[in-house]
Amino acid sequence: MKAIHHSPIQAQGHHSLIQFSLEKIQFLDHEGNWICERPSFASDQWLVHAYKHMVLNRVFDNKAIALQRTGQMGTYPSSLGQEAFGVAIGMALHKDDVFVPYYRDHGAHLLRGHKMSDLLLYWGGDERGSAHGPKQDFPICVPIATQITHAAGAAAALKMRGQDQLALVTIGDGGTSKGDFFESLNVAGAWQLPLVVLVNNNQYAISVPREIQCGAPTLAQKAIGAGIHGVQVDGNDVVAVYQSILEARERVKINKGATLIEAITYRLGDHTTADDASRYRSNDEVKIAWLNEPIKRLQTALHTLNLWDSEQEQAWQSHCSNQVDQAVHEYLHVKQESPESMFDYLYQDWPDVMNEQLDLLADKLARNDPK
Amino acid sequence: MSNIHQKKANKAVSEQVECVLIEAVNLALHYEMKHDESVVILGEDVGTNGGVFRATSGLKDAFGFKRVMDTPLAEALIAGLSVGMASQGLKPVAEIQFMGFIFPAFEHLFCHAARMRNRTRGRMSCPMVLRAPFGGGIHAPEHHSESTEALIAHTPGIRVVIPSSPARAYGLLLAAIRDPDPVVFLEPKRIYRGTKQTIINNGEALPLDTCFTLRQGTDVTLISWGACIVDTLEAADMLAENGISAEVIDVATIKPLDMRTMISSVVSTGRCVIVHEAARSFAVGAEIAAQISEKCFLNLLAPVQRVTGFDTHMPYFKNEHYYLPNSNDIVAAVDKCFKEA
Repeated sequence: MKAIHHSPIQAQGHHSLIQFSLEKIQFLDHEGNWICERPSFASDQWLVHAYKHMVLNRVFDNKAIALQRTGQMGTYPSSLGQEAFGVAIGMALHKDDVFVPYYRDHGAHLLRGHKMSDLLLYWGGDERGSAHGPKQDFPICVPIATQITHAAGAAAALKMRGQDQLALVTIGDGGTSKGDFFESLNVAGAWQLPLVVLVNNNQYAISVPREIQCGAPTLAQKAIGAGIHGVQVDGNDVVAVYQSILEARERVKINKGATLIEAITYRLGDHTTADDASRYRSNDEVKIAWLNEPIKRLQTALHTLNLWDSEQEQAWQSHCSNQVDQAVHEYLHVKQESPESMFDYLYQDWPDVMNEQLDLLADKLARNDPK
Repeated sequence: MSNIHQKKANKAVSEQVECVLIEAVNLALHYEMKHDESVVILGEDVGTNGGVFRATSGLKDAFGFKRVMDTPLAEALIAGLSVGMASQGLKPVAEIQFMGFIFPAFEHLFCHAARMRNRTRGRMSCPMVLRAPFGGGIHAPEHHSESTEALIAHTPGIRVVIPSSPARAYGLLLAAIRDPDPVVFLEPKRIYRGTKQTIINNGEALPLDTCFTLRQGTDVTLISWGACIVDTLEAADMLAENGISAEVIDVATIKPLDMRTMISSVVSTGRCVIVHEAARSFAVGAEIAAQISEKCFLNLLAPVQRVTGFDTHMPYFKNEHYYLPNSNDIVAAVDKCFKEA
């Protein structure tokens, strides 16, 4: 390589080989000031749309936690403070893209057209919560990092068919420690897959902080070893997250393959409703994190642009509450699936050789649940 | 290839082919890839090399890298990619090079492939096949000889299919690829290059979820699968010389089990010996024996016998023949049935 001959010798026998650099994308600072020119996609209408969805996401989130606390829903992972991440994804995805979520993407799901009551149904312990939505999108994925290999497979299918959509997958910071993460980035580089990997680095994997999770200064640099593009983005800046996905899509279009985006956020809530974050982080730390949360900063930016006032805020809040209350009403009135439904989707066609299983359940029902 | 050559080739493949088990696998893959564009092959060394056992030989030349993909060396990835592809309408037939290396793929099999239909209430499905050679007897290195089919059979939502002859390899693999649900297709490598059989390469699949009765008999039912079928048939010959008429059943689909065929045979013979290479405890044989005792205990003339591997690690190859069941072991177990009757 030419560069080797011209590079300074660092130690005897050592020569510079390749140098890597990493960029960070940010448009709005935490006080809502534009720190660089507003990108062309971020029209007045776009900004208001993003803001409204972030607020809706938060109202939904608060209600979901309340449902769990009052015994009306199961364990729920809050997306409090990470609304910019989910909403930017939901807005940036095209209808025919393949979305491969993890389990904290409520904002994105709502924008993908999932019914709010279906999300509640899923967390309320009913499989039908994943029955609807875009037919190509994956259901919520609980086993950490497994979804990224599926996204790579979906991306390979898109590429094989010459389709120009992309597969977008989300993962937490803890997930980037797993083999599936590395294996998937690796194949995305080797096969130049139309894949976008978005890491929601919310600083904690349940209780384990980011700095114990990985010794590298950024998670975005894990892209380098896989030969794909990596970038870090302020995950509380909805404009920046959206921009990073736009750029990733451009890269897919010109056949430059996959992108790893590390979005820096902060998980303001507990890991799930079964967790107590006060066991492992201080109130002071959380207080400081609240100063950086995504909704307030966008609201300030909208105020400065004269796009939003307190009257609109009040009206929208009340609209969101009504919408969520309506969804809760629907969720609470869904008729429970029959016990026999556990057999309905095991295989496409029920194997006759398994009929004994049906008899066993029938006996159990007759014994325990006589009509 | 010109049209004339193409026609000749078509004619050639629809003819009868005399082949061994591994060639039958290859034949079925060629047939199905030609007739179904959604079928894709992926795995380690499956492309240019045609697989370390040559199961995928010639496929890359015929169908290109787009459909015959050498993957990076990562088994979890191979299974995960298959889940992703299957969910988007492809029919991936993935190869795990040896069953001893299938374990990283388990999470994707158990947590995703097996459940995709159920957890989306039918919105998505996972019509994938994971092929893997399994079992001992070829003097392979450590980790290349185990039989861990029970680990997979325990999981709801997956089919486990094991052929024991070239014809059943051809017909069952076609059925597995056409099945709308995930199938783990385990190939007994000890008999990969065993007895040749004539196959009509017409794309006709064999039924899944069904045992195959390979030999009719009246005195004892011998139940087995995979490479042990060869030893079991040999034992049946030996028993016949002693005037004992043995029925031989190839289970073929390990999950879900076709107990009806097995029960009806045991009801008529009153004796049963189950033969498998896998370790003895918690194995598929234990499940079959349990169901026989549940369903036809009073028809039994003797306790059900098992001829199996030991609850030890598969020995390295110098000692593997002490671990593997053979026809003498099977005959001895049948003798026990008669002595205890």
